[in-house]
Amino acid sequence: MPKRTDIHTVLIIGSGPIQIGQAAEFDYSGTQALKALKTAGYRVVLVNSNPATIMTDPELADATYLEPLTIEFLEKVIAKERPDALLPTLGGQTALNLSLALADAGILEKYGVELIGANAEAINKGEDRQLFQQAMQKIGVECAKGKMIHTLEEALAWVVEIGYPAIIRPSFTLGGTGGGIARDEAEFIALLTQGLPMSPTHSALIEESIIGWKEFELEVMRDHNDTVVIITGIENFDPMGVHTGDSITVAPAQTLSDKEYQELRVISQKIIREIGVDTGGSNIQFAISPTDGRVIVIEMNPRVSRSSALASKATGFPIAKIAALLAVGYQLDELPNDITRVTPASFEPSIDYVVTKIPRFAFEKFPDAPQRLGTQMRSVGEVMAIGRTFKESFMKALRSLESDQRGDFEAMSASQLDALLEPTPKRFLSILELLRRGSSVDALHDRTKIDRWFLAQLEEVVAAERELKTLGTLETWKYELWREVKRLGLSDARLGELSGKSELEVRNLRKAAKCFPVYKTVDTCAAEFEAFTPYHYSSYEWEDEVRPTTKPKVMILGSGPNRIGQGVEFDYATVHAVWALREAGYETIMVNSNPETVSTDYDTADRLYFEPLTFEDVMNIVEHEQPIGVIVQLGGQTPLKLAAALEAAGAPIIGTSPSAIHLAEDRLEFNRLCTRLGILQPRGAVANTPAEALKLARELGFPLMARPSYVLGGRAMRTVHSQSDLEKYLTEVYSSVEGNPSILLDQFLENALELDVDCLCDGVIAVVAGVMEHVEAAGIHSGDSACILPPVHLSSTLLEEVHATTKHLALEIGVRGLMNVQYAIYKEQLYILEANPRASRTVPFVSKAIGHPLAKYAALIGVGQTLEQIGFTAAPVPSYYSAKEVHLPFLKFPGVIPVLGPEMKSTGESMGIDADPHLAYYRAQLGANVKLPRSGNVLLVGSGLEEIARRLETLGFITHSSVSDDNAVLPDLLIDLTGSRILRRALEAGQPFYTTLEAAQWLVSALEKLGGAVVGVSSLQEWQSTIV
Amino acid sequence: MLIKERAVLALEDGTVYRGYAFGKRGETIGEVVFNTSMTGYQEIMTDPSYNGQIICMTYPHIGNYGINVYDMESNRPYVRGFIAREFTHTHSNHRATEGLEEFTTAHGVISISGIDTRALVRRLRQGGVVKGIVAHRSFTHPDDPYGEFSSDEEAAMVARARAYEDIDGRDMMPEVTTQLPYVWPAQANLEKGKRIVFMDFGIKHTIIKKLAEIGAEVIVVPATTTPAQIMALHPNGLFLSNGPGDPSAPTYTHETVWKLLGLLPTFGICLGHQILGLAVGGKTFKLKYGHRGGNHPVKNLLNGKIEITSQNHGYAVDTDSIQGHFRATHINLNDQTLEGMAHLRYPVFSVQYHPEASPGPHDSHYLFQRFIEEVNTFSGANALPTAKSSSGLIGV
Repeated sequence: MPKRTDIHTVLIIGSGPIQIGQAAEFDYSGTQALKALKTAGYRVVLVNSNPATIMTDPELADATYLEPLTIEFLEKVIAKERPDALLPTLGGQTALNLSLALADAGILEKYGVELIGANAEAINKGEDRQLFQQAMQKIGVECAKGKMIHTLEEALAWVVEIGYPAIIRPSFTLGGTGGGIARDEAEFIALLTQGLPMSPTHSALIEESIIGWKEFELEVMRDHNDTVVIITGIENFDPMGVHTGDSITVAPAQTLSDKEYQELRVISQKIIREIGVDTGGSNIQFAISPTDGRVIVIEMNPRVSRSSALASKATGFPIAKIAALLAVGYQLDELPNDITRVTPASFEPSIDYVVTKIPRFAFEKFPDAPQRLGTQMRSVGEVMAIGRTFKESFMKALRSLESDQRGDFEAMSASQLDALLEPTPKRFLSILELLRRGSSVDALHDRTKIDRWFLAQLEEVVAAERELKTLGTLETWKYELWREVKRLGLSDARLGELSGKSELEVRNLRKAAKCFPVYKTVDTCAAEFEAFTPYHYSSYEWEDEVRPTTKPKVMILGSGPNRIGQGVEFDYATVHAVWALREAGYETIMVNSNPETVSTDYDTADRLYFEPLTFEDVMNIVEHEQPIGVIVQLGGQTPLKLAAALEAAGAPIIGTSPSAIHLAEDRLEFNRLCTRLGILQPRGAVANTPAEALKLARELGFPLMARPSYVLGGRAMRTVHSQSDLEKYLTEVYSSVEGNPSILLDQFLENALELDVDCLCDGVIAVVAGVMEHVEAAGIHSGDSACILPPVHLSSTLLEEVHATTKHLALEIGVRGLMNVQYAIYKEQLYILEANPRASRTVPFVSKAIGHPLAKYAALIGVGQTLEQIGFTAAPVPSYYSAKEVHLPFLKFPGVIPVLGPEMKSTGESMGIDADPHLAYYRAQLGANVKLPRSGNVLLVGSGLEEIARRLETLGFITHSSVSDDNAVLPDLLIDLTGSRILRRALEAGQPFYTTLEAAQWLVSALEKLGGAVVGVSSLQEWQSTIV
Repeated sequence: MLIKERAVLALEDGTVYRGYAFGKRGETIGEVVFNTSMTGYQEIMTDPSYNGQIICMTYPHIGNYGINVYDMESNRPYVRGFIAREFTHTHSNHRATEGLEEFTTAHGVISISGIDTRALVRRLRQGGVVKGIVAHRSFTHPDDPYGEFSSDEEAAMVARARAYEDIDGRDMMPEVTTQLPYVWPAQANLEKGKRIVFMDFGIKHTIIKKLAEIGAEVIVVPATTTPAQIMALHPNGLFLSNGPGDPSAPTYTHETVWKLLGLLPTFGICLGHQILGLAVGGKTFKLKYGHRGGNHPVKNLLNGKIEITSQNHGYAVDTDSIQGHFRATHINLNDQTLEGMAHLRYPVFSVQYHPEASPGPHDSHYLFQRFIEEVNTFSGANALPTAKSSSGLIGV
């Protein structure tokens, strides 16, 4: 059946701010779906509060609503846009839950909106543990023994039957939030007490433990014709017990015979049919007993998931795009396989390489949280690498992580290494080190239950490292030996460590031996058919099948794994650069290692190299492709860090030059520049010893911002208010590290108003694109502050000064492209805090707020266009206000008190637009999933809150100023400036809380404005059309 | 290990791939083809259809889950040689009874690893299947296994590959068919007394098991068995098995099948399908590089359903050539070649692909059930086809 003609407008719900368990992969899937549906001729309406995404670009949907993802706002959008259908399966758990809620509330029926892809019944069957288990029983598929409970008493009675350890899985929570493994009754009670309230249905599944079993996932697709295909199997390196999002995973499955794999395939087909997912993708997780092969179904996601994104990138099969087209009526056999063009999409990819995904964690941001992995996902990003063998792909993934810490491991004692074998983020690094020290595969298997096959593969790498030391100096190595060594995935840098040479020396010797990587193609069919897609990876093989063209080409370096501080915003910027340069007639080459992103979609750039973002791998591609330019300023710190080395090796860096980057990043150089330009900076000094630090602190005066000269896993910046504060800080820093780091001390501008400025410069003129006023005062990381554009509390004189200073600075530094500057207004004077000559995380926000694609302009400046040619010589100041709020991941880190500080901790953001700045702030709050009350009890803790209290009372709230004990009933709204434990309780209970005076003020103003106002909905396209 | 015994794969077109020795040491010659199944190397190696061929597995890791006693498709490997990017040294699976290295060494499978198998597959895809030689260094230079072959040695291998007899036109039946008939008892007793004669052109055990599982008593007979001998066994159905090589070569089988046509419900798979086509005067042709893998989409023309199928064939039946005898029931969606046909008058049908899978997807198991239904409802040699098959419901 071809596409449906009874549907005209399709509504898609996004997944909101990036959070742990729901990240950039849904930007990827949403973007694919929007493009596919528009191409198929449908009108598409999108609701997503997350401005950092590509999917919320005004060009992608016909109407884009950057509005809160709540039933209330969704109904407003539905009433206004009157879609015929809602596609609920592409925006993660958020969209699925909201779609179900819209159906349950009768809203879909009221407006005649049909759920396509999966109906409410199927979603319920897939998501509700009890219904799922019943369905599995019906088709004779085994689940772990489990029971749905609603109270602690019920749970305690059941656990007697299954024993410990027991698994707790709260229903309908994202990424396993609130779940865990209880080893004894105390842990069981603690986990349930916390987890049960997080479930919207106040229920949880308590299951027998199958920890240590082998874990697999199958990505399944189905169409209206009941064709069911498996896109790929994925095997987890980490066995059961670690959330699959936190596990190292490998595609395809490695240790299953055909009989076992086909059994999983048959079960998957039965499940998707029984659950009733009509069309689209689903993900089914299995556990297999390593001793007798007993198969247990863990769960199924009746939607596109993080694993679907990985499976798409791992195979070249565009799951989200196809899922969207199947939902509107197409059949798999009616759609072509984009890659081969001549064969249909009704097939199962065969791959001739191995894909490894390794998650990236951010525990260093939460030093108080235990670094132990379990059933609740905690990773913030991931890398994927492709190699011809597992060894090659694993080692490439390892270096893609950009966090090689081998040195730390060499110094560890056996017991320290053993402690890391409890599932921790560093388990695999500990395993490598233990193998180097002679631990056996069997011993490590007994300890970790990781399959012997994986361990034996790693042992082969370690054995080769040992063997190669016996094979003479690198100077004597012939091509074949080099090739065999490189085939193991060992980097030049690692070979340098093993042979006492620099990375560059190894590189030169390798090249002298004529050992270069070749490039292969990801083609879904193991070369059985000709491939037309330019999706490549490197390997040390014989045939290079990727011929560079003669067209002028520009290479854009992506941002690598998402992490706190470097997220989807940078993917947005690099993708925009690709689009702009393609339009301008250049061949574009994308290099990135992050499978969650739009940038690594095979039809984003003209060529995609899925490779680690290291000097070695990037330079190899530069030498292979010979681009006329390499853009490093749009992918965040990752590519920026490579700029100098790449340039030294002859890569043509375009845009801001590495020497200009150095000028802004080197503290001394930058100080001199500011002094010369007459720009005020907070006073600062560098101390080399604790004594010197104390002496300098007295000279500078308190309060001070203190930080070590290089970043240390987590213990970074702190505001110190007194001599004793500083002494305490110094003791901590010096006792916890080897050697003596120098300490940077800067005058802390207390209660200063902070500004974020994004500007573009072509070398001739500079244009300030946007000035954002932070809600939180200086001292809170800019990435964790809410902000408003245009500014509200800035005098026109100061605004003028901000513009003039920024432009002057950009021209003096020699920026060619984007620059972000942070200022503080302290006692009516403008201070510069830092300048970053690169795309900042606010670029997508500003671009959407002012209706100009800044990253595109930056890319065009890179290839020599001027701002005048581009037509951007002055930025418009919109007549409306845009507010940004952040999403923080505290919930995932037990015991951590949710307060803000100078270290960035947020994972994502929301945007709200309104004619009134405070209502824009209000929308952004809701967009960041804050459930704001309009009445009820408010608890205010801290000084200086009297006025706030008075205003809240006027609004009808009942205010309280003290809390009796830890078990007191939580208020409907909490304002706590003291960082007390009640904040944690509010967080866990999902109650709204504010921790700064400024945010509280903005909130109260917003609630006051809200009084009589009708809050409607307007699309981004409508807002932008008001810009003159 | 970084230093390994060398081996080469030399193709008749002069291409030489240099890699490392694995399995039984020696030298072997055959037709080089590739298979895109990511699992199932044991089934592939022991499938008699691969007789005379050197198989290149496109999946780079082969041997991961070892070898077990359950997944044999015959009593020994039939492949002439085996190629993979990397063979596993440490396997892991609870079903495994030995490693691939022991198995290939014990059963004489001369293998090579470490070559750019993707380059080889691209070469086969573009130029078609070729003859080739796998040679291990220690076979000719036992004192220097790590040394390189000289260019003269390599050139000599290329020449030998070129001079080797083509698979086309060669009758391989004597190499694969059973010498004596044997009985495989029914495992279930759904329909008492239904007996199916299997013409063994190189049969896979799973096919027999599939029919035995659903209640048939199977008598496997040599390919040279005459129609009279077959009818003397009082069968209720005839099965034409899979097998290796050029279907046009064993002309006696065409004759036998032609004489039996219409006398018994008949089901053919792969070579059996091709022989059925040839028996009615149809034609077969050689595919450029064959269909070998577990992911080929086939459309059932009778109900519009799509099956993902397991395939292993180098020849195909020309759809036009069977007009007047058979109708096409299944086609391959990748290249539109014929994948299944049903006779216009008799309960006789066949598929080019492998519904028994092993290895591969199980989407097409329904065909065995379908055959048994034909057998059960068949009411005599002179009867017209049952209503079901004449209404074109085969495969539903």
